[in-house]
Amino acid sequence: MDLTFSAEERAFEREVRDFIAQNLTPEMKRATALTPSVFSDPDIGMAWQRALHKKGWGAPGWPMEHGGPDWTPAQRWIFEAECARGGAPNVNVMGVKMVGPVIIGFGSPEQKNFYLPRIVSGEDYWCQGYSEPGSGSDLASLKTRAVRDGDDYVINGTKIWTTHAHHANRMFALVRTNDTERKQDGISFILIDMNSPGITTRPILTIGGDHEVNQVFFDDVRVPVANRVGEEGKGWTYGKYLLEFERGSGIASAKLRDALKTVADLAQSDATGRAIDDPDIAVRMSEIEVDIDTLEMTELRVLSALQTGQNPGAVSSLLKLRVSEIRQAVTRLGVEVIGHDGLYVEPMRPLYRLNETPGIPEEMLPVVPEYLNGRAYTIFGGSSEIQRDIVAKMVLGL
Amino acid sequence: MDLNLSDEQRLLRESVDRFIAETYHADHRRKTAGDPLGYSPAIWKQFADLGWLALPIAEEYGGLGAGPVETGIVMEAFGRGLVAEPYLATVVIGAGLIAECGSEAQKQAILPRVADGSLCLAFAHSERAARFDLAHVETMATETADGWRLDGRKTAVIDGHAAGQFIVSARVAGDDAAPGKLCLFLAPTGSAGLTMRDYARLGGGRACNLDLANVHLPPDALLGDGSDVLPKIEAVVDRALAALGSEAVGIMQIMFDMTLEYTKVRQQFGRPLSANQVIRHRLADMAMHCDEARSIALRAAVMADAEPAARGRAASGAKAKIGKCARFVAEQSVQLHGAMGVTEELDIGSYFKRLLAFDTVFGGSAHHYRRHAALGERAQPQS
Repeated sequence: MDLTFSAEERAFEREVRDFIAQNLTPEMKRATALTPSVFSDPDIGMAWQRALHKKGWGAPGWPMEHGGPDWTPAQRWIFEAECARGGAPNVNVMGVKMVGPVIIGFGSPEQKNFYLPRIVSGEDYWCQGYSEPGSGSDLASLKTRAVRDGDDYVINGTKIWTTHAHHANRMFALVRTNDTERKQDGISFILIDMNSPGITTRPILTIGGDHEVNQVFFDDVRVPVANRVGEEGKGWTYGKYLLEFERGSGIASAKLRDALKTVADLAQSDATGRAIDDPDIAVRMSEIEVDIDTLEMTELRVLSALQTGQNPGAVSSLLKLRVSEIRQAVTRLGVEVIGHDGLYVEPMRPLYRLNETPGIPEEMLPVVPEYLNGRAYTIFGGSSEIQRDIVAKMVLGL
Repeated sequence: MDLNLSDEQRLLRESVDRFIAETYHADHRRKTAGDPLGYSPAIWKQFADLGWLALPIAEEYGGLGAGPVETGIVMEAFGRGLVAEPYLATVVIGAGLIAECGSEAQKQAILPRVADGSLCLAFAHSERAARFDLAHVETMATETADGWRLDGRKTAVIDGHAAGQFIVSARVAGDDAAPGKLCLFLAPTGSAGLTMRDYARLGGGRACNLDLANVHLPPDALLGDGSDVLPKIEAVVDRALAALGSEAVGIMQIMFDMTLEYTKVRQQFGRPLSANQVIRHRLADMAMHCDEARSIALRAAVMADAEPAARGRAASGAKAKIGKCARFVAEQSVQLHGAMGVTEELDIGSYFKRLLAFDTVFGGSAHHYRRHAALGERAQPQS
């Protein structure tokens, strides 16, 4: 039993590190550090995605036949860890990590041929149409309706909390195609061109002052039936498959460690009057660091099981719960560390395009918005309350 | 990178698990609870025959040369059985100190006797004024014409009653006014001037307070060459923290399993307790705390031979985190058992007390988060 990677894996680690050193520009790095929302803006995120694609690393989790690198679980872990350590952009996961696996798993040959290459290359930019104003945690109650009319579905309704809908040219959505007794059975999974007539998008500002999410309205939007993934009425199954990816995309400890390092660097700087010298802050920093060590160890336990072909079990809900709570703890500590400067509000976005010198050190700018926006970590992708329901049912068998 | 158990480790786990399930049932605990000996020499002999006492001892001294992961496997099962035999004191700490600090002759003389079960050891180190500071020792060792003289007071010596030899820490004064080097001395339990006040320990087993007044020891009582051994004590205690962490994981897991089962069968308002969302969410949190404790205990074991700052941070981080997780699981286990949880009639109470003792031995969460933070200023906050 050991925590060190093999010689080949260490060589791979060096390769990733070298790649990052050569391809991650200072502008991308700075923009990533100054982004207080979950995902990088497309100009930053997609620039990085294109660089990855050129190297053949555009779709880490995919099989080789669809343009993936066919990495082992250890290689994927190393890749994610190095990207986090290097400060690489947070590429929107809706394409490579979410709709991609669903199309690979359940899509038609035509859908695979058309969509998959455009996801890896970054040519298409995806958003996710799941939640609705009346359907949050109770997602299966969704009402956006797709009515069959010849070779098309005609879609009416609205989706909300749609991350980057204002940037996306495509949406994958869960829509109601039938009123069945069990509401899950009337849902289909459909791919929508965001440029279709009848789609309008309304921005929603989050409490950190960022425009990341939207509400999307559908008025008689025609979508070819050929854009349905898999069978009609099976959308719930595909959607759940995808949520497993959203919750357990598996490798979060490296990102959290990087976020804590940012807070630790601030706490050790004169700009915060060396906040770390406050024993309470030093101890809370340790508490969070140990929580991240614990999470990393759990990830590595899962990884070890995967490497030897064992099933790690229903851990994705457990991981999602802890990851979101630890993220919030890091951002909360960040606010305390910057002290007085937490009162400063910078309304301009993006922060990395600010054209005047801010009134506080630049690296402090995202701290409060990150904490504010970060309250959503325990809400999106299934709230912590829903995750606990899932753990009780799936893990504890209750 | 591989955190799967090897075949040998799996076999070890199966064999300890089986032994614990067959031997350490509630009847056994009730029978031995009031026993002044506090443990069973017959069982200790079985441990020796099964090779468990030899596990972490090097092969040249009659051991099996296994590591902290194997110790963790044994300790986790021991936790489940609330084993009262002096394994931690003798095998993990005692033999660990001899191996780290002893001369070749001392290792030859002592380690094979630990491995074959004929000698138990106890570490007489903590003192009232020190709280949990390993460096704070006021007991004095003075060199005499024919060896050493020890004077001082030790407190909460785990499993002292079972030991044939104490390993006593003491300051050896130099020529100057400095506090002196920290050294270890072997003191047979029957030595003149040594007074032991033995008591039943919270959660099972025994401990004692030790008065040393004018205790005379031969020259070869000094372990090793007389250089300061604080770094070695820290190394051994860090390994003990990892072992204790695994023991706590075993206890937490069985408390959780028992509680989960109870909430399924206990009916109130015409349905099982576990049908209530507030109970289900509590159980989900308990499951999460058990799993987190398991991960961080394993980390402390795997890092037990790392360089001192990283090792110390892994050990203290684990002790602190497991302490926090254990408190939650233990308190919620009692809570969900209702009034029955507060009685001596259920095993839950015995496990509860053992976890409280876990949090006390070598210091609790607050102490170890502070140590983790302090060591972090030497190492960078990022591991």
